[in-house]
Amino acid sequence: MTALLELQDVHARYGPVKALHGVSLSVGEGEIVAVLGANGAGKTTTLRAVSSTVQREGDVRFRGKAIRGGPESVARLGIAHVPEGRGTFAELTVWENLRLGAYTRRGALKDDFARVGTYFPWMQDRRHQMAGTLSGGEQQMLALARAFMQRPRLLLLDEPSLGLAPLLVTEVFRIVKELNENEGMTVLVVEQNAHIALQLAHTAYVLEVGRVALSGASADLQQHESVRRSYLGY
Amino acid sequence: MAELARRLPIPQRRLPASPVLIVLTAACIFLVVGCLQSDIFAQQTVAGLATGAVYGSLALALVLIYRATEVINFAQGEMAMATVYIAYQLIQWGFSYWEAFFTTLPIALLLGVAIQVVLIRPVQHKSVIAVVIVTVGLFILIDGLVAWKWGADIKFMPSPFGNRVYHVGGVAVARGDIGTIVITLLSVLLLWALFRFTKLGLAMRASALRPAAAALVGVRVDWMLAIGWGLAAVLGAVAGLMAEPAEFVLQPTLMQPILLYGFAAAVLGGLESPAGAVVGGVAIGIFLNLVGQYVHFITSELRLPFAFLVLLAVLLVKPTGLFGHRRIRRV
Amino acid sequence: MSARATGLASVAVAAVVLAALPFGLSGYHQALAAQVATFFIAILGLDILTGYTGQISIGHGAFMAIGGYTTAVLSRDHHTNLVLTMFAAFALCFVCGLLLGLPALRLSGVYLALATFALAVSVPQIPLKFSTYLGGSGGVQSAKTVSHLWLYAVSWSAAAVLFVLAWLTLRGRTGRAFRAIRDSEVAATSSGVMLPLYKTLAFGISAAFAGVAGSLFVMGTNGFAQPSEFGILLSLQILVGAAVAGLGSLWGVVAGAAFVGLLPTISNDVPWIGSTHGQDVVFGLIVIVVMLLLPTGVAGLLARLARARARA
Repeated sequence: MTALLELQDVHARYGPVKALHGVSLSVGEGEIVAVLGANGAGKTTTLRAVSSTVQREGDVRFRGKAIRGGPESVARLGIAHVPEGRGTFAELTVWENLRLGAYTRRGALKDDFARVGTYFPWMQDRRHQMAGTLSGGEQQMLALARAFMQRPRLLLLDEPSLGLAPLLVTEVFRIVKELNENEGMTVLVVEQNAHIALQLAHTAYVLEVGRVALSGASADLQQHESVRRSYLGY
Repeated sequence: MAELARRLPIPQRRLPASPVLIVLTAACIFLVVGCLQSDIFAQQTVAGLATGAVYGSLALALVLIYRATEVINFAQGEMAMATVYIAYQLIQWGFSYWEAFFTTLPIALLLGVAIQVVLIRPVQHKSVIAVVIVTVGLFILIDGLVAWKWGADIKFMPSPFGNRVYHVGGVAVARGDIGTIVITLLSVLLLWALFRFTKLGLAMRASALRPAAAALVGVRVDWMLAIGWGLAAVLGAVAGLMAEPAEFVLQPTLMQPILLYGFAAAVLGGLESPAGAVVGGVAIGIFLNLVGQYVHFITSELRLPFAFLVLLAVLLVKPTGLFGHRRIRRV
Repeated sequence: MSARATGLASVAVAAVVLAALPFGLSGYHQALAAQVATFFIAILGLDILTGYTGQISIGHGAFMAIGGYTTAVLSRDHHTNLVLTMFAAFALCFVCGLLLGLPALRLSGVYLALATFALAVSVPQIPLKFSTYLGGSGGVQSAKTVSHLWLYAVSWSAAAVLFVLAWLTLRGRTGRAFRAIRDSEVAATSSGVMLPLYKTLAFGISAAFAGVAGSLFVMGTNGFAQPSEFGILLSLQILVGAAVAGLGSLWGVVAGAAFVGLLPTISNDVPWIGSTHGQDVVFGLIVIVVMLLLPTGVAGLLARLARARARA
């Protein structure tokens, strides 16, 4: 069974600065895969390499075919990227953000809005609120909802726990798990919070200075000596 | 991080600061009172409203482009002028006025899109100055092309509204002025509806606000910008065609003063505010007419400098224009 | 050869060429060369303002108008020596520039550009209003007209003097302050650079240069100062010249001046389009093409070449 997403020896750079030195990973359909690592390890860059928002070389295949074109084409393929900073349109309303999420979709969206309502009930009432006035946690939820509206095959999540209180982080990850189990959304999540990421994900990759240092099932990695010491704190 | 997100300036939806609202309301009251008191005042106000609507349309075109690309299109007026000449040519070939009008609009759209794709796209990511200079070059080029094809002498365009003048309770109101106000108002409203209610409009707004995020949801940002230029060109065409609805005298320099007032209006309103552009245009139109009528020192030669003195004064008090927002610069 | 030696050598060569040139040129071409010098000075001024302190001004046509009218009026009423009027223009425009620089402190970027553009459009209207003293649309005629050779000599001497002046200013502390302001106003202030002083100073110097250019411009048009000559197009030409020059390179300014000074006349001779409007079409087209090819102007090109040389 071919993986949904495959990266083979991917290099990426920001101008003269190289961020990825040959990263290979694969994400199977229906899986949740986590990418861990310290600051500057290249986690965000990995996601950007997939969504073509950074200069990259190497093989990136989605459903067996190489990804070409810029971020717009990647979105059309069925990949939703929730970037660092959430990519929320602060100057537009919640409603408009959701509509934008569904930009690549044709046909009626009523059902999708209803589904969004079941996951995030508060959004119904606050449809016309400006997205920029939402709290951090709410903005993260909006970002997820927006991605959901796209009905993607693959969700790329960049540091969802950033800036959120622990309670909210748990909430957000619970929703991600539900989306994965109920909607069949494959997730590639980048996280600094290794503890909770490993609880959520099926498999994980640990990046160090632009390379994959470790990979395997989360259960195994949670027991792994260096992972415990460097990322789990015990 | 969340704290930071909350403390950053969240752009409030559209309403200008309260002092501005107070001044505008006071101005409106002043105008209404004046119109009731004096017939001449009312006449000048209505006429000013018409010229102001034209300035506002062009200003809106400028703002559209500026919001999307942070570029001032110096050629906006000349592009508008060129489309008016195209309408003129259509009429020469036997089209009726309104047939020509409605045929010219899609031509203007295509022209705007073409200019963005061919001339602006190659330089838009390189340097702002380069884009501005390209528009300056375009200004000169269009001037030359029009004069070359049609000559620089005066041509006559038929008037769409005729020369009738209505008398409403002692106030003489030209039919042409009413026509201008209606047409420009209609086009502005249509544009507003496009942006507010359609998927395309939403995508265009998103592209102007956050191009990177828009690309991530699948919007082809480049094409949105091109369409933006196209729509701006259409607005310009409307402004040009309505520029002198009563006795239409066509010359290559037609749009140059209007461009200048358009700039003033756009800046007055705040370059990023479409509403501001329209309000600014109308304000300038009415204000100039009234001042010209009642302040004898300001003769026709001084209209332009005076308009800009006022502009400068407003900018000194509120540098980002009436409806503009203080952009907080991160260090 | 070190960069400094190359620089000095090229200046020396340029000086020799300029000194010898007029003797090989007809009167018409001498006048044309003088016009290039005029644009050189104006563009140099704008470059100091925009290229070095990052304040955009599209109003330099206004300062040229002020300078030009100063020359014409002084000559007409007091028969002042024309070279002396240039000094007067310099001084007057310096003051005007300072005065403009003050409100400019409150405006930034595009707003400043538009405000100065507005100025450029408004100033030529003033002689129309005060037509008794300033001649109205008929203009003001100086008491003296000059020969092409004289104009050439004076223009290029002035250009040389002002070039040196600019160079000295930009080299020293003032220049460093300017560059700091361009790169980051906040950082500059934190380092103790007095923003208002230097920003206004830049405006003053820049305007003064444009004033001198205006004087020469009027002298070049038979000593006749007319509102129609100082229209928007002039400010736009200076802007185009500065853009072609690129920001931050004095040598680019020479290229920019040549471009703006010579191109309109050359494009007149382009056969196929003929008629007077052919000139605009060609000029406009070339401006566009140059910007598409060289968005950072000649300065950018020179910088790229320098980098290539350094790597080789």
